[in-house]
Amino acid sequence: MLETDIYTVNVGPIHPSTHGGLHVEAIMDGEIIQDVVVHLGYVHRSVEKIAEGKTYQQFVPYTARLDYLATNLPVLGYCQAVEKLLGIEVPERAEYIRVIMAELSRIASHQIAISATGIDLGATTGLMYGMRDRERIMNIFEMTGGQRLLSSYIRIGGVAADIPDEFIPAVKSLVQDIPRMMEEYNGLMTGNEIWAARMEGVGILAPETAIQYGVTGPNLRASGIAYDLRKAEPYGIYDRFDFDLPLGKRGDSLDRWQVRIDEIGQSGRIIEQALKAMPEGEIKAKVPKVLKPAAGKEVYHRIESAKGELGYYIVSDGSSKPYRLHVRAPSFINLMVLPVICRGGVFQDIITNIATLDPILGESDR
Amino acid sequence: MEALFINLAEAFTGWMIRLGLNPAWAESILLLVKWIIVITIITVNIIILIWLERKISAFFQERLGPNRLGPFGIFQTVADAIKLLTKEDIVPSAADKLIFKTAPMFFIVVAVMLYTVIPMGKDMEVINLNIGLLFFISVGSLSTIALLMAGWGSNNKWSLMGAVRSVAQMVSYEIPLAFSLLGVVMITGSLNLQDIVAAQDKWWFIVLQPIAFITYFIAATAELNRGPFDMPEAEQELTGGAYTEYTGMRWALFFLAEYTNLVAVSALMATVFLGGWQGPWLPSWLWIIIKTYAVILVFFWVKWTFPRIRMDHLMSFSWKVLVPVSLGNILLTGAGIYFCRWMGWC
Repeated sequence: MLETDIYTVNVGPIHPSTHGGLHVEAIMDGEIIQDVVVHLGYVHRSVEKIAEGKTYQQFVPYTARLDYLATNLPVLGYCQAVEKLLGIEVPERAEYIRVIMAELSRIASHQIAISATGIDLGATTGLMYGMRDRERIMNIFEMTGGQRLLSSYIRIGGVAADIPDEFIPAVKSLVQDIPRMMEEYNGLMTGNEIWAARMEGVGILAPETAIQYGVTGPNLRASGIAYDLRKAEPYGIYDRFDFDLPLGKRGDSLDRWQVRIDEIGQSGRIIEQALKAMPEGEIKAKVPKVLKPAAGKEVYHRIESAKGELGYYIVSDGSSKPYRLHVRAPSFINLMVLPVICRGGVFQDIITNIATLDPILGESDR
Repeated sequence: MEALFINLAEAFTGWMIRLGLNPAWAESILLLVKWIIVITIITVNIIILIWLERKISAFFQERLGPNRLGPFGIFQTVADAIKLLTKEDIVPSAADKLIFKTAPMFFIVVAVMLYTVIPMGKDMEVINLNIGLLFFISVGSLSTIALLMAGWGSNNKWSLMGAVRSVAQMVSYEIPLAFSLLGVVMITGSLNLQDIVAAQDKWWFIVLQPIAFITYFIAATAELNRGPFDMPEAEQELTGGAYTEYTGMRWALFFLAEYTNLVAVSALMATVFLGGWQGPWLPSWLWIIIKTYAVILVFFWVKWTFPRIRMDHLMSFSWKVLVPVSLGNILLTGAGIYFCRWMGWC
């Protein structure tokens, strides 16, 4: 009998396919993964501590840096949390604009996930397809917030400015093209034999395991559990829209990938409805210059971000700065499941699993 | 035009003999000059090829590609080559220095040697070898050793993993590669590439041996380490595989050798399956260039469309699909030849 040894391979923190500073220590027996240890904290910026030194409004741009690929979603979550804390009513029009921006961000984030999965699995052309379509969303963000990546357009009490005239035609044409985009992603990648072989049955996340680990977002829905905060606990005006939850059957990488593509279509439906129903009117509530919530008041608000359940827990001490702010980052919790789904696979599956779990390290390390 | 290069060579030999050189010496010098020309053509051709691949991949991905240096960015590759030449040459302190340094040289030498036997036109090749095809296959398989040297000498886990994978891959794809060419050899009854070309004056072997063409194409893609079989490199997984530790010109040599291999294999495919230098109107050397480039374009097309295959799928695909299919092709060809003789057609 040949004597063999177990060895470790460090994937990251500097590695082309770890989506940021993620360090995965793979304990390998030949090509088979024995165990995987996830090391986090390489991009820790102590965002939660910074919040304690900033006023409520000053902290808004910092939240955009949490999930920089879906920039409006973490901002929306924070602003809604502060509004809940202070009891601010947001005008109708602002709510609709927020929904459009949030869903656009979700599409942009999923397109990055599609692109990144493509490049991680060696389909370089897939990367460019996703990036090309995302570019149009970035242009729309630039129209509204003046910035492409981190626009901080959503503010406490509403949005920063009213939408420009060219906004609605641009969004409409984008929404019209979404079915074509999905067809292209499916045609180039999902329908490919090699692609399906690399993803099918790889990294199976059983529904029970997903619930035990607190996995949320597309990863949970790919395991077949219809849980989406937009439906389960509608925040803002999400109860007014009609959309479906794409679900997976097997909970493998292919399902996670497919759920993301299908969610782009559902987001498109929401945007379409929001554009139709958007009223005229104010875009920002009357918010005092200095926000001082009552002392001892605390709030937890959660939204469905592109990566999963994004929660903000804010404790006020009566001053203009939060006493404590905690972020429940979906990427952090979703990543914890990586060792479970990697075990027993081959080395290349680690890359596939990281790509389809779609973590964002800015959020997970905070 | 047809005999342009042959006339040039004869004029050169004649000139040397007139200068008072022994004819045997003149022949040797001619061979040397032929080699220098081959190497120059390879290098210049690769500069164009890299530019072409970038432009074509850009076209597939709806980008612009290189467009700053010169018309259509044609000098981008030259600029890159200069950058690579002037880069610091890092040899890791833990590396096995001799093997580490020899590997890229070995790789490029092996790649250039492939051009020895390819007929570049009517009566045009460096050496007219009677076992040309066998020479091509055996020399081509030597590049495995270069990759193993690079992987072992780097003393790096990623490199070794890449090297081990590439050896596994190349050894398993060597077999269908050789088997798929066997059908052609059975029909022509010769391993000489000029004979194989001459046998295709009526029908190209892509018509007579379509299965062999497909199996050879797939096996050659794997042999060339090109996508979707670019295991040894696998930038996204193995961070460059066997090439991880290489910098500057040493890395560029690997890159160069891969493209050299690509052109050689494409030229062989054109020779064996697409009628070689035969074709109407144009001179023979132009035909082989056109056909080679056509094959290269298909390689590009495949690479920029498919995702990378997984290692275990790759191995099982070779042993469970390609080897049986190519063996079946040999059986079919043999039966076909017997049938043909029995009917008195050939």
